[in-house]
Amino acid sequence: MALETVKKAIPLSTNHAIANAVKDLDVDVISAYPITPQTTVVEKISEFIAKGELDAEYIHVESEHSALSAAISASLTGARAFTATASQGFALMHEMLHIASGLRAPLVMSVAMRSLSAPISIWNDQSDLFNARDSGWIILFAHTAQEAYDTIIQAYKIAEDQNVLLPVMVGYDGYVMSHTIEPVITESREKVIKFAPKKQYPYKLDPDKPVSIGAITPPEYYYEFKYQQVNAVNNSLPTIEKVDEEFGKTFGRSYGLMECYMCEDAEALIMTNASYASTLKAFLPDIRKEGIKVGLLRVRLYRPFPLQKFIEYTSDKKTVLVIDRAISYGAPFQGPLANEISGAIVREGLKLNLISVVAGIGQRTVEYEDFLALARLAYEGKKHKETIFYGVRE
Amino acid sequence: MSETKKVLRIKSLYDLPREELFISGHGLCPGCTAGTIMRMLTKVTGKDTIVVNATGCVEVSTTRYPYSNWLIPWLHSAFENSGASASGIVAAIKAMKRKGIMDKDKDVKVVVVAGDGGTVDIGLQSLSGMLERKDPVMYVLYDNEAYMNTGIQRSGSTPHGAWTTTTPAGKVWRGEWRDKKDIAGIAAAHHIPYVATANPAYPMDMINKFARGLEVLNEGPSFIQVLMACTTGWRFDPALGITISRLATETGIFPIYEIDHGNFRVTFPIMKRKPVKEYLKLQGRFAHLTDEEINEIQKMVDQKVETINKMAGKTVIGPVG
Repeated sequence: MALETVKKAIPLSTNHAIANAVKDLDVDVISAYPITPQTTVVEKISEFIAKGELDAEYIHVESEHSALSAAISASLTGARAFTATASQGFALMHEMLHIASGLRAPLVMSVAMRSLSAPISIWNDQSDLFNARDSGWIILFAHTAQEAYDTIIQAYKIAEDQNVLLPVMVGYDGYVMSHTIEPVITESREKVIKFAPKKQYPYKLDPDKPVSIGAITPPEYYYEFKYQQVNAVNNSLPTIEKVDEEFGKTFGRSYGLMECYMCEDAEALIMTNASYASTLKAFLPDIRKEGIKVGLLRVRLYRPFPLQKFIEYTSDKKTVLVIDRAISYGAPFQGPLANEISGAIVREGLKLNLISVVAGIGQRTVEYEDFLALARLAYEGKKHKETIFYGVRE
Repeated sequence: MSETKKVLRIKSLYDLPREELFISGHGLCPGCTAGTIMRMLTKVTGKDTIVVNATGCVEVSTTRYPYSNWLIPWLHSAFENSGASASGIVAAIKAMKRKGIMDKDKDVKVVVVAGDGGTVDIGLQSLSGMLERKDPVMYVLYDNEAYMNTGIQRSGSTPHGAWTTTTPAGKVWRGEWRDKKDIAGIAAAHHIPYVATANPAYPMDMINKFARGLEVLNEGPSFIQVLMACTTGWRFDPALGITISRLATETGIFPIYEIDHGNFRVTFPIMKRKPVKEYLKLQGRFAHLTDEEINEIQKMVDQKVETINKMAGKTVIGPVG
């Protein structure tokens, strides 16, 4: 941020930035259960409601399963609904993730990504979110508190778009982002609502126009319902892109679907997301001084995957090193994102060397020296058949 | 809080509205009493009602896509979350009315319909949350005393001695060996305005309990446990559903009562109780029971009746005679 811009900003953690976005979006129903490191999102929202700064119903549910259940039904009744979670709570929601997307509930959820038990760890990685990548949601990652604020606003405009009607989750790193204070520019509610006016679920639960939602669907119909979801997720991509562009025109900030940073003259790219992307942005100038010509390929939109952007950004590169902070046990590449990238390479016949790295599990810290070592690995461009479990003691 | 709304109160079945909101053509088993309960329920609720239906017999049998038997808005999302789903709808309506998104004078009632598995077992947590938050929802449990939809497996609501596919009767096991969970008592422990047990063999009583359950919604939730005799799972002649339901109350096995603002009242007192054997002998699920085992069940019911009379403060259910 330029100094002039920073002057307009207020200090907020990503969690508080998200709570502010929920307030500025005039969300009607919040349904949530406490879990670390998400809690300060809903604490702040509660405070806004208590002080009269947000007029909303807060449902103090007894579990995350109920949190998402209530958010879904509120959304299907025509309200703008929000929930937030992480880790075990996110795993407990799993059943409802599929029901939210299957019923096409246009709600938004923030995920302060955290590791999964057992052994229990309250610290950051991305095992929770990647466990749910096939749940039919639109998935976006934020890499700064500002982007989290902005993306929550964009998320409602995307979810409620009558051609989309899908739930959207916004992932960011637990602690590293959730509890780190950054300068954030917040917008007025008037401006936010003008950008993302409320659009109700078109087939809402309304006695004047009764509908049955969630009927049992026999084999003659079920597949078509699922295929409609396939199309809905794929077709949401241009809308997501357009919303981001419009956001840029309105507020002067936009992010694209995928970001390539210090990319043009790079020979290899490190592909990562969320806090690792912001950390790497800070380290890249020093890494470059070592003569290592690497850039950052930042995943912002994960579902639907912006494959064309990936092809465009990697077309003249030799190597892409994918850092996963989740494990796909026993898979050909044991990082879930690396696995998908290998699929993309095959599908498009790309001549791209893929290096799969798992790192940061349970918030094992990856510092400058580590990023430097990984950048070297990418720049060397050797073939690595096995996933590299970086930083583990064997 | 709005003032108490006028609700349907009937003295005879002729007082019921003619309008059908739960219509024919469903796939419930012939002789199933759930259809009767749903039909009566919707006649009481009227059309300004949103139904949340837990996964179960009623859900799978009444909304086989592309058909639906419900002429009022109906939502099924999962098995164990009806309480939370209903809360979400209530919250949405409340917020939208306050913020002028929805007509504030429009009175929309939220009613849950769930089976015993979805209520006393897997849905207990979400039900408890809803009751504890005092969300204005009428929760109707149709209690057929096992997981009938998945093929008659025992639930926490299965009575002592009953055969089910997971409590079969043999030399070692003699059917279900634990007692039926007191779900109405659990609901009442949340100190909600209205709790009742009902039986479709006493339709006027059942209908007026639905009416009362809706009436109290301006104060908080209501919970009504309706016995739902299941021809398939209880193994009886499909013609006998109502007969057997009546016997459940006449034997003291399923007393019908209400707890209205803490005031306990048996709504159908029985001075001369019938022996439990009359109820048990009509059902294949109890066919394996020896006279000795039936006597044991009789003793358990006698004890339960004693508790009910203590709660009532007088003898409202008399001895077997």
